[in-house]
Amino acid sequence: MSGKTIDRVASATPARVARKVKGLSDRAIAWIFVGPTIFLLLAVNIFPLIWTINLSFTNFKANRVNRAVEYIGLRNYERILGDSDIWLSMQATAHFLFWTLFFQVLIGFTLAWLINKKFRGNDLWTTIIVLPMMLSPAVVGNFWTFLYQPQIGLFNYVVSFFTGVDPSSFDMLGSVDLAPWSIVIVDTWMWTPFVMLICLAGLRSIPDYIYEAAEIDRASKLRQFFTITIPMVLPFLMLAVLFRGIENFKMFDLVVQLTGGGPGSVTEMASINLKREAFEKWRTGYSSAFAIILFVTVFGLASIYVKALNKVKER
Amino acid sequence: MSYSITEPSSRQKWVAGTLVITYALITMVPLLWIMMTSFKTPPDSISYPPKVMYQPSLEGYVNLFTTRTRVSPEKLASLPPPANFAEEIVRNRDMVIAGPSKFGGRFLNSVIIGFGSTFLSIFLGTLAAYAFSRFKIPLADDLLFFILSTRMMPPIAVAIPIFLMYRKLGLNDTHLGMILLYTAVNISLAVWLLKGFIDEIPREYEEAALIDGYTRFQAFYKVVLPQAATGIASTAIFCLIFAWNEYAFAVLLTSGTAQTAPPFIPTIIGVGGLDWPAIAAGATLFLLPVMIFTVMLRKHLLRGITFGAVRK
Repeated sequence: MSGKTIDRVASATPARVARKVKGLSDRAIAWIFVGPTIFLLLAVNIFPLIWTINLSFTNFKANRVNRAVEYIGLRNYERILGDSDIWLSMQATAHFLFWTLFFQVLIGFTLAWLINKKFRGNDLWTTIIVLPMMLSPAVVGNFWTFLYQPQIGLFNYVVSFFTGVDPSSFDMLGSVDLAPWSIVIVDTWMWTPFVMLICLAGLRSIPDYIYEAAEIDRASKLRQFFTITIPMVLPFLMLAVLFRGIENFKMFDLVVQLTGGGPGSVTEMASINLKREAFEKWRTGYSSAFAIILFVTVFGLASIYVKALNKVKER
Repeated sequence: MSYSITEPSSRQKWVAGTLVITYALITMVPLLWIMMTSFKTPPDSISYPPKVMYQPSLEGYVNLFTTRTRVSPEKLASLPPPANFAEEIVRNRDMVIAGPSKFGGRFLNSVIIGFGSTFLSIFLGTLAAYAFSRFKIPLADDLLFFILSTRMMPPIAVAIPIFLMYRKLGLNDTHLGMILLYTAVNISLAVWLLKGFIDEIPREYEEAALIDGYTRFQAFYKVVLPQAATGIASTAIFCLIFAWNEYAFAVLLTSGTAQTAPPFIPTIIGVGGLDWPAIAAGATLFLLPVMIFTVMLRKHLLRGITFGAVRK
């Protein structure tokens, strides 16, 4: 390479001059470096978002391209807010969100607290516990339908082994009462490690000297737990809840594979309802309006939550 | 040994260890069951009570990679002896191998789209992360938040116009379309994680290089990149795992040519119902690489899953 004329000229030029000739200004480099990323996001995220907003005011149906598109103002939004199916799907989402967060926080924190006792081999077991979280929800969810089979499924067998109930007497995915819990179980199994890892980081960030000082002040272990451990871990825990909350609000793949929204529509959560409206009933305008409502809801809730999180951090 | 009041007693450690190990073993059962089922015969897989001890068989894997047709016993008897173990297994079920299944192609699609989008996200993400880390960019915080916020949209919400847009551009069900889409989703993760890693490299290294007459590009290429190599590698694995696991876009925007494995595996159907050993075999082959990567990544795991918010 060094044989090229340009390189010989470059090496002979004093450094300061060379930088002016060959190198671009920092400002230009900054834009060259950031530009492509911003462009890609504008093209694949923001442009579609604006398009969705536009579609949400129309009666467009994507499977009938030749039909004249009419602007119908806010009628889609009015219809959604008055649609009982949508409210049912929001309820299903809320049920799923509340119980998955409840169990994941409870079990995740407990596990982290136990792992932080630093027993021998805790690293190895932490890695094993974390595995389910990294796997494909669709593929894993699909396999859980096998575990949930009434007669032959391992889950039903284990339940009947410990409780004595006939394994074919209950159908986790097919019964209206049990189906919402079947998805809570799988999601908790998958994502408890996520909360656990973050709590563990929080616990490990507490310096020993705080406990030592509390010990000298003769604070009881219980009191240390509630006045030191919990407040110090809380910002971490809230962060974990934020991540899980956003993800589970969008929940799609796991539930599609497990119940497909059924039986009936008891587990038809917001994303699944949206998919049906958009890609099965082809009500593109209507579903665009629903998509916008969902996005605004997530964004709004997340912003409020982040403000609360920052307050906790400042304390 | 010195005594510390904050060190848990050995009894506490023993109790904690027992509880955690119990949880870990329970959590492993579904994964072990997938792997065990993949080595069962179809009748063994649906027997009651569920079989823990069984004669291992490769029938699931053979069924995963082949399509088969049923033949009459007379026809079967007239055939030459089976050429390999796969044919032997299939003939025991009164069938012959008709050809390869679609699984290989779907798996290859996952590999192409996964690696393609990972490469692109890392390439663009490293450049952007370096710029955010080192230069004064107007409204940098807002831009960074904008990059992150694209992650909050439900995939289905973006999928409607992307579906329409791709239909116009002819990108529906193409590798390129999926690579671009996954890159757009992954780039927020890449930028945020890589910015954290690059922030940790002391500026003095580059400044020394600049004084020695390097251009910015050279300083970036010869000083920063080698220093950030570990960070880039672990970010790449996170991007790869995301693209590998993604389902919502894949199921909506691909149907044939560019379909990845996650939407395909659940549709594997055998003769007379779902072929669970074949599904389990597909799942095993699909999940195993991710498990290995997870073990490799364990030191950076926390950072990756929280977009760099928690660094340990």
